[in-house]
Order: sequence, then structure tokens, then C-alpha cells
Amino acid sequence: MTDLPEKTDRKMGLVIDLDTCVGCHACVISCKGWNTENYGAPLSDQNPYGADPSGTFLNRVHSYEVQPEQGAAQLIHFPKSCLHCEDAPCVTVCPTGASYKRVEDGIVLVNESDCIGCGLCAWSCPYGARELDLAEGVMKKCTLCVDRIYNDNLPEVDRVPSCVRTCPAGARHFGDLGDPGSAVSKLVAERGGMDLMPEMGTKPVNKYLPPRPKDRIDDQIDILAPLLAPVAEEPKGFIAWLDKALEKL
Amino acid sequence: MHPAPSVIIFTTLSGLGFGLLVFLGLGVPDVSGWVAFVFFAIAYGLAVGGLLASTFHLGHPERAWKAFSQWRTSWLSREGCTAVAALLVMGLYAIGPVFLGQRWGLLGWLGAALSLGTVFTTSMIYAQLRSIPRWNTWLTPVLFLSLSLAGGALLSGQISLALVLLTLAALVQLAWWKITDGALARSGTDLGTATGLGTRGAVRAFEPPHTGSNYLLREFVHVVGRKHAQKLRLIAFGLAFAVPLALLLLPFSHVFALLAVLSHVAGVVASRWLFFAQAEHVVGLYYGKR
Ligand code: SF4
Ligand code: SF4
Ligand code: SF4
Repeated sequence: MTDLPEKTDRKMGLVIDLDTCVGCHACVISCKGWNTENYGAPLSDQNPYGADPSGTFLNRVHSYEVQPEQGAAQLIHFPKSCLHCEDAPCVTVCPTGASYKRVEDGIVLVNESDCIGCGLCAWSCPYGARELDLAEGVMKKCTLCVDRIYNDNLPEVDRVPSCVRTCPAGARHFGDLGDPGSAVSKLVAERGGMDLMPEMGTKPVNKYLPPRPKDRIDDQIDILAPLLAPVAEEPKGFIAWLDKALEKL
Repeated sequence: MHPAPSVIIFTTLSGLGFGLLVFLGLGVPDVSGWVAFVFFAIAYGLAVGGLLASTFHLGHPERAWKAFSQWRTSWLSREGCTAVAALLVMGLYAIGPVFLGQRWGLLGWLGAALSLGTVFTTSMIYAQLRSIPRWNTWLTPVLFLSLSLAGGALLSGQISLALVLLTLAALVQLAWWKITDGALARSGTDLGTATGLGTRGAVRAFEPPHTGSNYLLREFVHVVGRKHAQKLRLIAFGLAFAVPLALLLLPFSHVFALLAVLSHVAGVVASRWLFFAQAEHVVGLYYGKR
């Protein structure tokens, strides 16, 4: 049934650090690579080598510019995938029961053999986290790499989502956000992790860590700076005469 | 939103068909025999035709029967169940006037209620979506219901009822346009809340995730020019309400009645096209498209 569970035992999810993300898109590629080969239908591309390529992705990286009232603008890379919402509208709108939220870990999944590809769940998701695969006609979304995180066939270090494992900047963290003692929960508390579009009432599990203020050059560049200050502002004597003579030429 | 022909045809035709069924269920007009048969055939043609059109945009229409299972939470599922129940009850009811010259009042009332319920559940599929602020209002069901009843009255040839219901529907349509125009702005959702970065300064979409298009852009980001939309609204309003009302006020003739119906249907199609095309899904914010 597409009823949402009253509460889930754990709230597994991602914490994405907007301060450290360098916008390399490695998570996009590794996500597509892992998920096209494993759980569910492959992530198809349409016209991949043509003039107008497009395809299904479960994770995409946007870039935004933030211009504060004062000071320089900041560029922020912004990865976005399913936030595994506690109050997931995509689950309750599904007419077939294909979309569901798991009681044991809160992961939101699609049972592809029940999905009729009506697209309503994608309409209901404010974040654009679901994409209908054009080749398969079924809904695709981030699975939180459910086929990695519990997979005993993988070495322990690999039992995290593919995007987390790949991120070269360490900008993606994975864990139980329902346990206040977990590393991810501590990180969220420490850095003021935030919800996207909280006004939508979806209660996302995934959290975003805001960018930290950049280092600023205030008054002094270097402790040696005073020693390097120009000694004579206005040239005098012979140099002054030379300066003037050269200017006249 | 992408104004897909399948959903426009679906909501327009099934709205009209179930609207007509409401009146037939109430015994207005009180017809029997062949005349009744033709009325029911038209109503079923429209309602079933619309429902069939809605399956065209499914990725897996062969599994559509699974959509009857989740009525506890899903308006789409409720719509499917209500539609089938309405069609079954009204089919049973039709046997009375068509073959036996009888009217089973209670069954008719039940069928009429289910038909109206179908239109309501259809409208709730759209009205429930918080992600599309323009639709997310109680006025959306009112709009769908008033259009369906006006169309039903027109199709069932109830001139005086149609005059009243068309006028009401026209007013609701105007109110819906007026009120929903500021819905996205009023929702408080903008690129700032979407990214959580709004408190730090003005947020601007700098670079999209991909150079090409994608499902999200094709499905959710449809931008209609303001001028173009205003013009279409005028056309929709004229065809759906003004022309039929004028035709109904003229001395009755079957040609005028037919023209009134055709004009109304064309107008509702135009209004439905705008209903989708002008609906701003908040995901467009992430792409700097709002
Ligand atoms: S992010 Fe979208 S797809 Fe994921 S759970 Fe929330 S509403 Fe559903
Ligand atoms: S597209 Fe599939 S998963 Fe989504 S609402 Fe329709 S049936 Fe459910
Ligand atoms: S958790 Fe897995 S499916 Fe989800 S974005 Fe990361 S790699 Fe993709």
C-alpha cells in the first residue's frame, strides 16, 4: 500500500556539503554507472551521440551564484537527488502501489513491475528527483544504492552509495539521520544542516550543509607587508628631474 | 507543465461525458427508447473515450488495472475506481429508460452522484499537488465541477439550466484565472528556499546540470508568453461561455444548439490547454526558469 509508514526504524539518507562540493560531476557519472547496471531497469539515453542528447539520471549537479548584499558573489555547486522525504508526496499519489517507503530504513523505492509510468509521482515531487525512463516506460529514482549498502559481496568500504564512495572532495556523507548520535547527525547539528523547500511539508531526510564564509583579505595581506611598503611616494632630486624629462619626451 | 494532448482530451471529454451522465441519472431530460439510447451512447462515448485517451500517456498501459488498488491514498486510483463504478451503475440504470420505459430513481441518483464524484476525483489529482501552486487550490475542483455541469446541461438540451450553469462556470473560470495568477509568488517558494541559499543573498542559476534537455524540462517547464496567454484566455472564454450563451438566448433551433455545444467544447479545450501550459512546477526554479 502507498500509505506512508507511521515512523521508520531508521532514516537512512545523505548529507551533502555545499561547502566542499567542487562541481566535478563525478557522483553523477558513478551514480549512472552503478544504477544502469544493477537494481532495476537500465538508465537509458536518447540520441546520445546526436545533436540533442538526453537521458535518465538519478543525480544531477546544478551550479548557482549567490550575490550577497555586500562583497563578492559566491559560486555554489549543488548536487540534487531524491531526499527520501518522511512525508513523501510521491508515494501517496501513486495509484498502483509501485512507489513505497520502507519501514526498516526509510528508503523510497519504486517497484518497477507494478509501475504503469503515469508520471504522477514525478509531478508531485517538488525537487525533480524522479525521471520517467523513456526506453522502459517506468519511473526511476535514487535508490540510496540499496543494492550496495547491504551487499555482503562487496568489501565493507564499498557498502555505501556509489556517489558517496566516488566523491573526490568528501562532500557526500551517508548514514542514519534518525539517530542523533550518528556521524551524519552530528555533522548536521554542527554545521547547521538545512532542508530544501521546507514549506512544501515533505520533511526531507537528506540534509544540505551550507557553504562556510570564504577567507577574506582584510587590512593586512602579510605580516611582512609593512616592510615592503613603497619607501618614497614622490621622487626627489635627480630621479625627479629624470622623471620629468622623460615625460616631456 | 507540458500540455500533453492525451490529458487535455481526457479531462475535457470525460468531464463532458460524466456531466451528461449526471443529468441523465437525475432523469433530465426524461427520455426513453431510442432517444434515451442516443443520449446514453453520447455520454458513454465521451466518458469512455476520455478515459481511454488518458491511458495513451502511460509507459505501461497493459498494467493499468493495477491503478485500482491504492484508493486509500491516491486520488488517481480513486478516480479510476469512481469512474468504473459510475459507468457500471449508469449502465445498469440505462436499461430502465432504454428498454423497459422505466426510471429507477434511486439507482439514477447513485449513478449521478458517482459521475459527479468522478469529475471531483479527477480535479483532485491536480488540486492535491503542492509542487504546482497554481493548481493547489480548492477552486480547481470547483472549476472542473462547474465546467462539467455546464457542459452536461448543454448536452442534455436543458436551455434554462444551461444558461445558469454556463454563467456560473464563466464566473468560476474568471475567478480561477485571477486568483491563480499569483499562486507561485504567494506560495513563498523561490530559488532561495529551493536551494536553501536565499538567506545569504540573491540566488541565480549559473549553470544547468547538463547542456542538453531532459525529462524534467520537457515535462515540467513549459513557458507561455504572457501576451499569448492573454489572447488564448480571451478565445477560450469567448468559445466556452460567451458564444454558447448568446446562441442559447436566440430562438431555439437544433443548429444553434449544436453550434453552442461545439463552441463550448472548443473553448474548454483551449482553457484546459492553458490549465496545463501555464502551470508552473516549482522544479523549474532549479533550472532558473521561473
Ligand atoms: S525527493 Fe521527491 S522523489 Fe524523493 S521522496 Fe521526496 S518527494 Fe519523493
Ligand atoms: S509512474 Fe509508476 S511509480 Fe509513479 S505514480 Fe505512476 S505507477 Fe506509481
Ligand atoms: S545514493 Fe546511489 S542512486 Fe542515489 S544519487 Fe547516490 S549513487 Fe545515485
